[in-house]
Amino acid sequence: MSTPHHPQLDRDGRLQHLLTLEGLPREILTSILDNAAPFLAVAEREIKKVPLLRGKSIFNLFFENSTRTRTTFEIAAKRLSADIVNLNISTSSTAKGESLLDTIDNLCAMHADMFVVRHASSGAPFLIARHLANIGRNDIHIVNAGDGRHAHPTQGLLDMYTIRHYKGGFEHLRVAIVGDILHSRVARSQIAALTTLGVPEIRVIGPGTLLPHDCARLGVRVYHDIREGLRDVDVVMMLRLQNERMNGALLPTPQEFFKVWGLTAEKLALAKPDAIVMHPGPLNRGVEIDSAVADSPQAVILPQVTFGIAVRMAVMSMLAA
Amino acid sequence: MKLRIAHGRLIDPANHIDRIADVFIADGLIAAIGDAPADFTVEREIDATGLIVAPGLVDLCARLREPGNEYRATLESEMHAAMAGGVTSLAIPPDTDPPLDEPGLVEMLCHRAKKLNRAHIYPVGALTVGLRGERLSEMAELTAAGCVAFSQASRPITNNAVLLRTLQYASTFGFRVWCQPGDPYLTRDGVAHDGEVAAHLGLPPIAAAAETIALYTILQLAEHTGARLHIAHLSCASSLPLIREARARGMDVTCDIDIHHLHLDESDIGYFDTHCHLAPPLRARADRDALRAALAAGEIDALCSNHAPVNDEAKALPFNESEAGAIGLELLLPLALKWAREDSIALPEALARITLAPARILDSQRAGHLSVGTRADLCIFDAEGHTPVTRETLTSNGKNTPFLGQTLPGKVRYTIVEGQIMYASDA
Repeated sequence: MSTPHHPQLDRDGRLQHLLTLEGLPREILTSILDNAAPFLAVAEREIKKVPLLRGKSIFNLFFENSTRTRTTFEIAAKRLSADIVNLNISTSSTAKGESLLDTIDNLCAMHADMFVVRHASSGAPFLIARHLANIGRNDIHIVNAGDGRHAHPTQGLLDMYTIRHYKGGFEHLRVAIVGDILHSRVARSQIAALTTLGVPEIRVIGPGTLLPHDCARLGVRVYHDIREGLRDVDVVMMLRLQNERMNGALLPTPQEFFKVWGLTAEKLALAKPDAIVMHPGPLNRGVEIDSAVADSPQAVILPQVTFGIAVRMAVMSMLAA
Repeated sequence: MKLRIAHGRLIDPANHIDRIADVFIADGLIAAIGDAPADFTVEREIDATGLIVAPGLVDLCARLREPGNEYRATLESEMHAAMAGGVTSLAIPPDTDPPLDEPGLVEMLCHRAKKLNRAHIYPVGALTVGLRGERLSEMAELTAAGCVAFSQASRPITNNAVLLRTLQYASTFGFRVWCQPGDPYLTRDGVAHDGEVAAHLGLPPIAAAAETIALYTILQLAEHTGARLHIAHLSCASSLPLIREARARGMDVTCDIDIHHLHLDESDIGYFDTHCHLAPPLRARADRDALRAALAAGEIDALCSNHAPVNDEAKALPFNESEAGAIGLELLLPLALKWAREDSIALPEALARITLAPARILDSQRAGHLSVGTRADLCIFDAEGHTPVTRETLTSNGKNTPFLGQTLPGKVRYTIVEGQIMYASDA
């Protein structure tokens, strides 16, 4: 069977939802980054607001808790003058037995303009997008704020913004992604975006238990030895190691992980001298990254957070303004 | 009723018949092929000009959802679906609620099915009590109640010592044990083939080794015990050499694949289409192609529907939370014809996979062929017709199929059970 029409684009190829960076045309990806730049200046003003989404209702639907990501979307929406409502659904209706799509129908009846969706299951925002199409609600837009292991497109975009900001472009870069690739929606979105933007060499570094089987299928070079993998790279993208993966079948201990794959100054020295170090946060100091590196001038972790607000403003305004 | 089916192309793989011939039916049995018996007065005639007259289809795996899951489907709704699909004999796996581990339960099911007077049912009893993989079920009693074989459905036995005992006990009586190979730990959290699609979509994977490891274990234990074995629903190319080698060593082992694995692969999941959430999972393209070739070569004996009605709500969930399974009773013939057409398989060969071969696996002399004197179960279809697959046209209570919206080749025109016309449709 042929691949169906991509559910995040409308019939004219414009962005209807932001569900994934995989298959997102390069022009759209680049235009999101371009549109983010002016929003950075908004935050520097005395009145940190623009009226682009005035009167629009945005629902933060977090079926999985994440205070940090939810907050960044909330700030972005408020700076665009939208009305934003936070719903922590893991503790509300679905816990009472209401199905995901019943929840969506209820919110549609409240005249929502946009859903920002975080869900523990891969593909959940696609299910919602299909449902909205089936009930003819093409006026409602979805931003995927992270679905299971699948995608975290706004994180991927803010990472691309950060790289472009510090490195000027993509087509000359060697980029390494370190840690738990297997369970990481961030890594999948990063790999998709880096590939689309023309990065010639993407490396992934980690133990066999944290890499997808036959990982090279994702279009990356696989390294188990971090020293070998970091050699001469321009960008080091660290991933967060989830607590539940640290002890047991996937890894023996966090101590061993840090010893073998944790980013220290000594290992970072193998990368290019001007290499930048990124991390999606929150940091596990002493597990995936040493404090000396996290606080070094090469780390751009806090600028990532700042850029993240601007990128989310760009996405929301492109969808709903 | 004395019935004449006139001018049809009779295809009966068991008797190597493929020619234009009339079929005469009296008292629910095949009375004659070709010329009418001497004292035969036709009471009803079906003009089968341009149609194929074949044995009623035999489906090795159809979940009718009774008892216990009547909100998904009922015996009545799915018997209608069987008739619409030309399926006149079907095996019912034991994964009902409660499972088919009690003779009384099996008797009741057989009684209910008989009262409905449609397809013949062949219950497959639970191999262990409650399908829990701990204690042997009463296989002799269950057989007396009507069970034709024993299986764990899709719930593998974790403890190999228990598996060994079930095979030893079954072989005492010569019962055939059906196994769907899947390592319980390697399949536990997975929902998709450990391949490119699962890697991209971030779906919990199931490695091909989950099937081959379990298959190897089952074959070793079956060989040790001399148990007769049927392997249900293969999904991996790498399983085929294991079957081949077991047969070369003289083992009595048969196997089937289902219609979904004959036509689809992991890429059909597309953007998380839960209709493609199946167990076993859809594998790589190369697996699908190898299974097709093995079915054509007869290495895989039979094609089944693996019919599993699932209510809409259980599919309208994120992929890994959705319930696995797809319906197939009404698609078995069209998808066999589609395969025959795409791979240039002769029609008698294709039909043998859904009539004669599954009947042999069921050890049934009465199904799957049209010999004079046997039960008159027939499927009369238009090979040039079309079966549109829509929510409206499907008879099954379940509408869960990856083929929704497609038009498939072939059209069942009459379904006859024991000489009674149980289903008829217009061209």
